[in-house]
This record gives sequence, C-alpha cells and structure tokens, in this order.
Amino acid sequence: MPNPLKCSLCTQPATVHLTQIVDGKVHKVDLCEACAQAKGVTDPSGFSLSDLLLKASLAPSAAAGLRCEQCGFTPGDFKKHGRFGCPHCYETFQAMLAPLLENMHKGVTHIGKVPRKALERKSLYDRLTRLESNLGDAIKAERYEDAARFRDEIHEVRQTFEPPPAQS
Amino acid sequence: MTISALLAAPSELTDVASSKTAIVLMTRIRLARNLAGTPFPGWAKPAQREKTLETCRTALESASPLRRAASAAVGELSDLDKLMLVERHLISRELSGSAGPAGVVINKEQTVSVMINEEDHLRLQVLRAGLQLKKAWGAINDLDSALEERLDYAFSPTLGYLTACPTNLGTGMRASAMMHLPALVISSQMERVVRAVNQLGMVVRGLFGEGSDASGSIFQISNQTTLGETEEQILSRLGSVLDTILEHELNARAKLLETDGAKLYDKIGRAYGILQQSHLLSSSEAMNLLSLLRLGIDLGAFPAGTRAITDRLLIEVQPGHLQHAARHELEPGARDLLCARLLRSEFANFAKPDFMLGGRN
Repeated sequence: MPNPLKCSLCTQPATVHLTQIVDGKVHKVDLCEACAQAKGVTDPSGFSLSDLLLKASLAPSAAAGLRCEQCGFTPGDFKKHGRFGCPHCYETFQAMLAPLLENMHKGVTHIGKVPRKALERKSLYDRLTRLESNLGDAIKAERYEDAARFRDEIHEVRQTFEPPPAQS
Repeated sequence: MTISALLAAPSELTDVASSKTAIVLMTRIRLARNLAGTPFPGWAKPAQREKTLETCRTALESASPLRRAASAAVGELSDLDKLMLVERHLISRELSGSAGPAGVVINKEQTVSVMINEEDHLRLQVLRAGLQLKKAWGAINDLDSALEERLDYAFSPTLGYLTACPTNLGTGMRASAMMHLPALVISSQMERVVRAVNQLGMVVRGLFGEGSDASGSIFQISNQTTLGETEEQILSRLGSVLDTILEHELNARAKLLETDGAKLYDKIGRAYGILQQSHLLSSSEAMNLLSLLRLGIDLGAFPAGTRAITDRLLIEVQPGHLQHAARHELEPGARDLLCARLLRSEFANFAKPDFMLGGRN
C-alpha cells in the first residue's frame, strides 16, 4: 500500500478515511479534504458511498484500450461521467464491472421483472430476419422447394408479428 | 391538456391528503428504462436525443394510463412551471435544468409522470398520498407493461434493465416514502436513524432528494440497491424499514410528551402564533412551523381534519407555488411577505390548539 495514502478520486494525499457498512459489507474509501467536501461526505443524509466508490474504483488502467464498438465510450469517459455511454457498454466493460456490482448491490444477477412482450417480439423479429436471409440464399442456389418452405414460414411469422411503432 | 392547465388543477399531493397520511406523507416508485441500441441521454448526440424524445413521446401518449395526459418538451416550459413541477415532485431538478432535447408527460391526476432524456431515456414515476407501496407498484408495473408493447427496452437476462448508471441496474426501481419525523429531529435521534437505515441498504435524503435539506422534518427513505432481488422483495424490505422508523417516531413522541410535554406544547403553540401573526416568512421557516403544527394535529391538539390543510400548505409555501399564485416572478423579500400573508389568512379562523384534546395537560 502506498504511503501516505492517496485520495481515491485525485492524487492529493488522503486525510479523510471513511468506512461504511451496508448490509454487512464493508466499504472503505480514502479522500483528500477537497474531494471529501465536494462529495458531501460530511453530510450523512446526502451522501452515497456506492456512487463515490464507483467512480474511484473504475480505474482506466483496469480496462486500458477497451472501447465500446457501438458508442465509442472508454473507461476514461466513465471515470469522468460516472455513467455508461450505451446499453452495449455493459458487454464491453463486463470484466471490470463485475467486481463492482458485488459491492454495489444485493446480488449480481437480475431476478426481477422481465419485459416478456418485448423479448418475444425481438425473438420473432430475429427469426424473421433469419428466414428472409435463408430465402434469399435458397433462391440464389435455385433450391426452390426450400425457398417455398421459407416463404410459407415467413408468412406465418408475419401474421403473429406486429412491428413496434418505434422501429423505423 | 397543457402543463399550465394541469398545474392549476387539483393534484394528488395538494388535495387528496387525508387523516390516514399521518407520518408517511406520500409514496413514490420510479422505474429507469432505456431503449435498446440507443446511447444513454448523457452520451447521445443532440440528434439522437431528439429522436429518443420523439419515439418515447409517441409511445407514452398512446399508452392507456396516459391517454389524457399533458406532455411537453422541457424547452417549451417556463422557468416557473418547471419550478412548480419540481415542488410537486413530478420532475427532477436535473430534468428542469436540462438544456438539450428532453420532455415530460404527466397524467391529469398528477399521480403518474414520465421524464424523457433525464439520466435514462425514460424515468417512470407513480406517486400516491400516504403509505401505498403495493398500489404504487401495481400502477407503475401496469404502465411499464403497456410501454413495453411499444418500445424495445435495453434488457439483459443476467443484469436486467440496463441503465446509464450501474447503481440502478436490474429492476431499475427506486421506491421511496416521504416521512414526517419531527420528534426524531427534536430529540436529536435522526443521525442515528440515518446510520441504522443505511446499514439496512436503504437511504435517507431530504425533501427534494440528494443534497437537499430536511426543511419541516420531512425525509425521503428509499432503497439503495436494485439488482439481485425481485421488485416485491425490495418493496417488502423497504416496507419493514418504514414500519420500524414509524414506530421510532411514535416512541420519540411519547417520550417527549412524558419527559417534557410543556416544552413540546410550547413549540407547537408558538408555531401557531407565528403562522397567525407574522408578516415575513421564508419558505423554509414556514415549512418548519407547518411541520410543528402537523405534529400538534397528530397529538390531537387540533381537529384531525386540519391535516389536509397543513399538507396542502407545505406545498403552497414553496417559492414556485407562491409566485404562481401571485402570477408573476417575485424577489425573495416580496415572496416572504406573500408567504406570511397567505398563512395569516389560512390560519385566521384555524381552531386554537387544545392540548387537553389529546388527553394530556
């Protein structure tokens, strides 16, 4: 451990050492005077340690070089904003996020509500896309019996499938 | 319906308050939801945010719980309207200060509001007077399911609903109760309560959320974690924490009466006097006085029916509501004058405190 302790948020020497026990889990953070003030550590009612830990522990080095292919977000951006760029970031930065979630939440796996309708719609939509590409391939390869089968299936899926108005 | 028309109409908070709402003033549940394949509002380009706003507004306006709702882009709202919406807990301060494309949809009764392009693409909220975790959850669950038919949510089977901040992952649900805890404040026990509640994975905040003060001894208690439990488990855990706090507040009240009843009655009596006679009152001072009066009502010093009046006034003494009543913007000094005038007239014919009514002297 480096001595003296450095602030978890900047490079100043840490003078405030905070320990919070939530649900039997111990959270520790070291801060300099200025960061402690800025984060409201002195005010017990308006202060969230998990939010603070989140920013402090997602060091860019932990995931150096990673970049979300869908939105261009980097670990450095997370350190700055404390928020992710897009839903896909959760896949991109999965490895560095996993240990954080354990500290932050009761568990690491979702067991609550599932958007069943939206998921059904998505699986139908995926099936339709697949069938359409199969149909194209079959026609190209002059496999007309297969093509007819795919066409019937597409027709069947289309009957149950209502594209959401959001889809453009 | 426009937002201005909506603000002029009665609301759940200002007009439904009943005698059942002692200690717990209101219950709120919010769900954070995002669109699949779309950058979160804080990272999206203006054109993407504009498209999200359009997509969400269209979906919201056709969802049955919001069929007769008012809807507006934040840019179309006046500063005063925004302030009033914040004071009624219908939008956040963050949304009110938002510069880019953002919006809000609110139902006529002002029990359901949806913010678009706040921290997440969608922040659904249901609000109920009193302690109503189950009813609020039922209502917001229905709204969420209705929206799901029209919108593709960002969802992972393992992480649940994907949110801009990992602290909201999973259920995306934050349930909270607004509690009036004057006896715990007077007897300096609040800090201990905050610490104990934190250890149970719940958070205590001031009236207007993070970093706000607790004017009027009103606190918000909400769940801190959102992943790894079902919505029902979180709500039941929150419910038992709320019950415990409620019990502590009642005990603190009994203790205050037992050890120094005269001091407590003196505080309430003085608050009554100031509300009836003062000529300059800041919103914050007015809230503290109304809070004491509300305590007096709970203790039986005033007729129980008068609690609806204090609860309405707790909202109406806020800066935005005072200016709305005056129909123009006011400097803080002029506001204090108006606040005192409003309270003098409201309390001119208010029953005198009778500390015998509560069965004590």
